[in-house]
Amino acid sequence: METAGSDPKRPGNPLWLLAEITYKCPLHCVFCYNPTDYTSYGPELNTDEWLKVLREGRELGCTQLGFSGGEPLMRDDLEVLIAEARKLGYYTNLITSGVGLTEKRIAAFKEGGLDHIQLSFQDSTREMNDWLSSTKTFELKKRVAELIQQYDYPMVFNCVLHRHNIDHTQQILEMAEQLGAEYVELANTQYYAWAFENRDQLLPSRDQLQRAEEVTNKFRERVGDKMKVYFVVPDYHSNRPKACMNGWGSLFVTVTSDGVVLPCHEARMLPGLTFPNVREHDLKWIWYDSPGFNAYRGDAWMQEPCRTCPEKEKDFGGCRCQAYMLTGDARNADPVCDLSPFHHLITEAVEKADRPTLPPNVKPIVFRDDRNSRLLSAQKADTTPVT
Amino acid sequence: MGQPQRIAFDHDAPIEIAKYYRFQWEPAQDCHVILYPEGMVKLPGSSGEIMKRVDGTRSLNGIITELEQQFPGVDLRADVVDFLEVAHGNGWIRPKAPR
Repeated sequence: METAGSDPKRPGNPLWLLAEITYKCPLHCVFCYNPTDYTSYGPELNTDEWLKVLREGRELGCTQLGFSGGEPLMRDDLEVLIAEARKLGYYTNLITSGVGLTEKRIAAFKEGGLDHIQLSFQDSTREMNDWLSSTKTFELKKRVAELIQQYDYPMVFNCVLHRHNIDHTQQILEMAEQLGAEYVELANTQYYAWAFENRDQLLPSRDQLQRAEEVTNKFRERVGDKMKVYFVVPDYHSNRPKACMNGWGSLFVTVTSDGVVLPCHEARMLPGLTFPNVREHDLKWIWYDSPGFNAYRGDAWMQEPCRTCPEKEKDFGGCRCQAYMLTGDARNADPVCDLSPFHHLITEAVEKADRPTLPPNVKPIVFRDDRNSRLLSAQKADTTPVT
Repeated sequence: MGQPQRIAFDHDAPIEIAKYYRFQWEPAQDCHVILYPEGMVKLPGSSGEIMKRVDGTRSLNGIITELEQQFPGVDLRADVVDFLEVAHGNGWIRPKAPR
């Protein structure tokens, strides 16, 4: 039998399969991490193709499966996929905004063996500043939260924080408490894709971040063990990079709606790499042998300061996509690191965010929708060099 | 998950796998595992053998009796108590919930 680690050069098997089953979404979140050019992708995998992906992922050794999107509830075969995933032995997670979750559907998910639901809060309207007080949002989340409790799932909430809502951390936590949350993740926006387009509008100031952390700590003291609250700081406010995906091609595999397989959900942006499609290759070959998955494994690709850095085993040089987006070369150190010669790009962005008000000429906010995706796809096609 | 913490419980009451956790054999790891939201713990060798018996009918003492019959002459008690108290401290197992 093939076991992980039998060949020191061969990577271990993946443990996490993220299935981005559709990029359709009823929401238009400005911080969305979906690719901005999703409208230029090929047709979605059909049910049988997804079932094949699930089987191959399980054979490879994946145990955690995330159904995500877009909004995964937009696929009406989600019930079929969940039931098969459970039969195969996955621990299945549904990552959803709750829009479209009816009692009939959650009953079918339970019956099929769905293990876990993560419900996200977000501004579902274009009236960003009003979203927290929007009764529509609250009523929807309340209904979904009741269904989640009724069907005996843990109450796991996720809220993405940014400049325009971070000052409402207290209200967000109170709302989560009122809805019976057991786990709350306050995830600061990370600046990829749509969020990167909107970075100057969304990056909070250092003061805002500090206040939000204080509020969170006070809240934790008050609620004690009743609720677990995680607070994820944005990369831009750190001086060491995250160990992105725990290393390229080490644990995670993402399959996108049109079947392209990626080592992380952003990697499709990287130039010079062609990622394989499950319509043409099986996941085993893709994971172990495809050039895309091997591109940034190990440390042979590293440049200085990473190459000789004692911390390279800990953070793997950070995020390849962030390095590419900010420095133009994915092999560079993630500029979040203060040892990177490009770290000033991060500190300059934070200094801009520290100004009390946004300058009048700040780039207007771009909502994640099909129209804007087509515009951004066209722009990208114009600037991509023909090779 | 933090530091493993031992939490004692009634050694004669039936115990079960806690809600939201799943225990299963994992061919790719060649061992038993505990799965939970976004995570996995491997339970190789004896830990898997012990956990296999946590099924809502057996108590800690019941599990020890059974293992001692299967592996005569081996003093397993301390290991089983250690492991199950850590498992309880981690929230993987619990006294069987009343129906």
